Order: sequence, then structure tokens, then C-alpha cells
Amino acid sequence: MPVLIQLVDTLWTTILDVAPILLILVLFQVLVLRQKVPHLRRMILGFIYVVLGLDLFLVGLEMALFPLGEIMARQLTDPAMVGAGDGGAAAGLAGLDWRDYLWVYAFAAAVGFSTTIAEPALIAVSLKVNEVSGGSVRAWGLRVAVAVGVAFGVSLGALRIVTGWPLPLLIVIGYGIVIVQTVFAPRQIIPLAYDSGGVTTSTVTVPLVTALGLGLATNIPGRSPLIDGFGLIALASLFPMITVMGYAQLGALLARRAARRQAREDS
Amino acid sequence: MPRQLWSFLALLLGALRDLAPIILVIGFFQVIVLQQPLPDPVPIIVGLVLVLLGLALFIQGLEMGLFPLGESMAHAFADKGSLFWLLAFSFALGFGTTVAEPALIAVAGEAAAAVAEAGLIDPDPESRETYALGLRYTVAVAVGLAILVGVFRIIKGWPVQILIIGGYLVVVALTFIAPPEIVGVAYDSGGVTTSTITVPLVTALGVGLASTLGGRNPLIDGFGLIAFASLTPMMFVMLYGLLY
Repeated sequence: MPVLIQLVDTLWTTILDVAPILLILVLFQVLVLRQKVPHLRRMILGFIYVVLGLDLFLVGLEMALFPLGEIMARQLTDPAMVGAGDGGAAAGLAGLDWRDYLWVYAFAAAVGFSTTIAEPALIAVSLKVNEVSGGSVRAWGLRVAVAVGVAFGVSLGALRIVTGWPLPLLIVIGYGIVIVQTVFAPRQIIPLAYDSGGVTTSTVTVPLVTALGLGLATNIPGRSPLIDGFGLIALASLFPMITVMGYAQLGALLARRAARRQAREDS
Repeated sequence: MPRQLWSFLALLLGALRDLAPIILVIGFFQVIVLQQPLPDPVPIIVGLVLVLLGLALFIQGLEMGLFPLGESMAHAFADKGSLFWLLAFSFALGFGTTVAEPALIAVAGEAAAAVAEAGLIDPDPESRETYALGLRYTVAVAVGLAILVGVFRIIKGWPVQILIIGGYLVVVALTFIAPPEIVGVAYDSGGVTTSTITVPLVTALGVGLASTLGGRNPLIDGFGLIAFASLTPMMFVMLYGLLY
């Protein structure tokens, strides 16, 4: 059973990954805090669930989705596929311009959105937010807002690799928008919006998005996969900040409108 | 037992909903756009079942293990009242979870390759390895400091945006003077450092601290640690590129 071997293999790497965290937690608990941990057995069981769950999750992705997603990223960026629509392949690579890659941008956006919805770390944060905010920031709304941001970021990143726009310029413009929004957005969403940038890009998103970036940078003349392949992750973690603040601003705007209408009806 | 079984079934159903978009996207592009036949369905079905079980187990474990653990440690540190040990713990947590992170090891290797290609370091494997290792420790120290500063901020109640926007301005300034080969890597390093196990733990720690200390709003003061952890690596990697 190759599946079992893979499960054991991945379990081992997951345990190695968790080991330093566990070591630090136990050291501080035993040497510094010296307090009894409440519900210790339940907590240990929970830790085991997390490690096992992550193991199954990763192996399953590896079997079912990653190979397909990576092959698709390569096929979509292949010159034959890109130029197939309008005889562009005959014109050669030099004859292609950024409009020939529309399917690539669509794929980038779709992969960014769908992998973010499945990202376990984001699920964790949105559960916590739902609990802390007493339900005023909805878990599902937050996740969709983040996913839209990642979709836009990855898509823009793909466009950047095709057109050769400088990455720092895009990043600086993005930060500019973030700063302006910070001034106007509801105060309690700001820390959360900043956090959602870092949370989005982990287990599910990174492998697929990286495959897309490498495929594009390899196939487009004048691009080096080593230098131009980077930057997709950076844009994917920048735009969720903008969309999460935008989501909160939209919510506040709608609430103000409703209140105004209510006031008018009352008078 | 049946009650637990039902709640696990509900988790599985939630996991199915979380996964549906990926399945739809891959199916759509495979069949409609690329017009390729679907490959052997057996591994795909087995894999999807594993993914569903894994996601449901992970979420169950979060609520049972990681969240309560982060919160109980936050309470214990607040009870102890020692700022030094809390900050030492914060640094250790950030450093320890990052230094062995597989995603970071991969990125550090690619960065060394990119820099060697640009001729900034010797292309032989040995000096590339030294470069990659140095980069890993740099990022780990950066994340350790990030959690330390982030926790200190929660205690002081400083507004997060001043620190983060100040940090971004530093990142932008560094972009102009750092070697261009390292800039893309630096930007990406911010995203790869926060792993699936670290995020819930650190979030629970922040929220736990903010709800234990008086006069703090968990929503405003408790979040923000991850933001610091994805900001400082960008800064430190560019500094590393400048100084190395």
C-alpha cells in the first residue's frame, strides 16, 4: 500500500515540524510556569488530532490535487496552449502579448480563491475571530474576503510576470492603499486585516501558486524562474489586507445606510 | 458517543464545503479549458477522502488542543507577572517554529541559487549552503523578534497600525538599497514563515493575553501578532542581502 507508506512518511515530517514547538511549550511549562495545565489529557489528544489531521490532509492533497494542479499550471503556461486560440503559436513566442494569457490570469485567480477557502490556518483564525467578536465579524465572510484578496493578488502576480512590471512598484502601490484604508476603516478590523495577509499563504496555496509562477517564468522569453518566479506569494499576502478592510468598510457603509433609512421611516 | 459522531459528521460536511471550490476549479480547467481527460479516479477519490478526514480532525484538534493551550499559557504568564519570561517565551516561540519550517528551508535554498546566479556569492555548493543557513537563522530571529514586539505591544496597548505602517515604510526604503536579486525573495519570505500550527497557537496566545489583561479589547489588541511575523522577515532578509 503506497498510501500507507506516504502517510507514515508525512507523519514523520509533520512530527519533526511540530517537535521544536512542543519542546518550547514543554520547557516553559515545566521550568518557568510550573503550573498544572487544565484538561491536560484532552489537550494532548487535541494535539494528536492536529498532527494526524494535518498528515491526512497533506497526503490527500498530494494524491488528489497537487499533481493535477501542477500539470495544469504547466500546460496553461505552455506556449502552444497560450497561442492556440488565434494562431499565435505560429507567430512564435515573441508575437505573444499579455492579452494571450487570459486563461492564465483566470486560472491564477481561481486557484488563489479556492485554495484560500481550504486553508486550515485561515479556518483557525476565522473561528477565533467569530468567537472573540461575538459573531459580529462572520467567519465565512472573512474567509471569502481574504480569498478574493488572494485571487486578485495571484492574478496580478501572473500579469506582472507576463508584462515584466517591477514588483517593488506594485508592492509600494499596495501599501499605499493599505495606509489610506487604515485611516478610514473601522478600528476593530485593522489588526485582523493585517493578520490575514500572513495567514493566507501556507499549506495549500503555496505549492500550487509556486508551480504557476515557475511555469510562467520558465515559458516566457526573457524571464528567469529564479528571479521573476518570486513575488506571487508577496502579492497574495498583500491584497487580503485591502479586501478585508474593504469588507469591513462595506459592512459599515451598509449599516449606516440602513440606520439612515430607519431614521427617515421613523420620523 | 452518537453525539460526538454527529458533531464529527458536521465537521466532515464543513470540510466538504471548504474543499468544493478547489475540486470545481480543477475540474473546470481540466475538462473545459484544457480539454484533457480526467486521470485515474481511484487515487483522486482516496485522496479527497483523506483530505476531508484530515481537515475535520484538524479542526477538532484545534478546539481541543491548540486554542486552549495557547490561552492557558497566556493566562499562566499573566498570573506569573514576569515580563522577562513572557518576552523570552515569545521570542523562543517565534524562533523555534520558524527555524525548522520546511517552506523556509525551500525558500532559503532558492534564494541562495538566485543570488549565486547573479554572481553575488560563489556558485559552489558550499558557499550557497552557508548563505542559505545564514538566511534561515536571520528569518528565524526576525520572527522571534516579531512575536516579542507584538506581545510587548499587547501589554502596552499600543495601536498596531503605527508599528506596522512604520515597518512597511522601512521595507519600502530598504527595497531601494537592497540588491535587486534578493528583493523578490524577501517579499515572499514574509508569507512563508507562518505555518499551519503556529498560526492558531500564536493567535490564541495574543487573544488570551488581551482578554486576561484589564482594559484590552481582544479584537483590537489580541490580533496582529501574525502581521508582525510576516513583516520583520522582509526587513531582515533585505538587511541580510545588504550586509552579506
